[in-house]
Amino acid sequence: MPTSTIADTTIELNDDGFFTEPEQWTELMVAELAKREGIDPVTDDHWKVIRFMRSEYLTKGSGPSVRMLGKTSGVTVKELYQLFPKGPAKVAARIAGIPKPRGCI
Amino acid sequence: MNDPITKVSIIISKGSLDGIYPALIMANGARAEGIEANLFFTFFGLDAIHKARHEHIKLSTVGNPGLHMPTMLGGIPGVSTVMTHYMNHKMEQLDIPSIPEFIEMIADTGAGLYACQASVDLFGLEKNDFIPQVADIITVGEFYTNANGGQIIFT
Repeated sequence: MPTSTIADTTIELNDDGFFTEPEQWTELMVAELAKREGIDPVTDDHWKVIRFMRSEYLTKGSGPSVRMLGKTSGVTVKELYQLFPKGPAKVAARIAGIPKPRGCI
Repeated sequence: MNDPITKVSIIISKGSLDGIYPALIMANGARAEGIEANLFFTFFGLDAIHKARHEHIKLSTVGNPGLHMPTMLGGIPGVSTVMTHYMNHKMEQLDIPSIPEFIEMIADTGAGLYACQASVDLFGLEKNDFIPQVADIITVGEFYTNANGGQIIFT
């Protein structure tokens, strides 16, 4: 399981780049994590989604699917794909330090 | 580990609920994984993007062994409508969007939606009959060109 260092902290990532220990994540890591996903700079809209994903994971135990994100985060599906072209739920989950959301819609 | 899939071209050729949904799930799922997706609607699949018909897609209840219901029963007037209603209700409970909403969502993800030229000619349709999200009416050759370098999924 690959370890990485971000913001002077060692983190554990699985083979797909998701945090295996979500507790290791801090907001300071976001800029670097986002850069690794090809997102630079991180705008307020990006932050909105990242924080939403994190809070959903912490309260519900799993990050939301793209559809859920579009319906409840205040960011539309269209905007989500513009912010995160390689798959909003997947990429935002990596940046937010949470496991990949499971869901088919 | 094989090379990841980067593009899929999905063909929708059926006009029933059970014939259309799998393709939409595949398309939406592909986009959520960052995979480029094109959808090609042909034959009765055109109903899914047809303005007057896309809200009235029914479940196939005749000759559908998967329903575990005798075909004679499935052919009784009204049964298809009732079963469709029931199916839609169950999907709503799972927050699975209706076909029109789903297709609009898929278009919002940046997937390309195309109608089949040959089928359009066959059914005497035109671009105006389709929802605005349909990018173009294309031929099978153009479909193959678009599909270049990716996987093709036939449904």
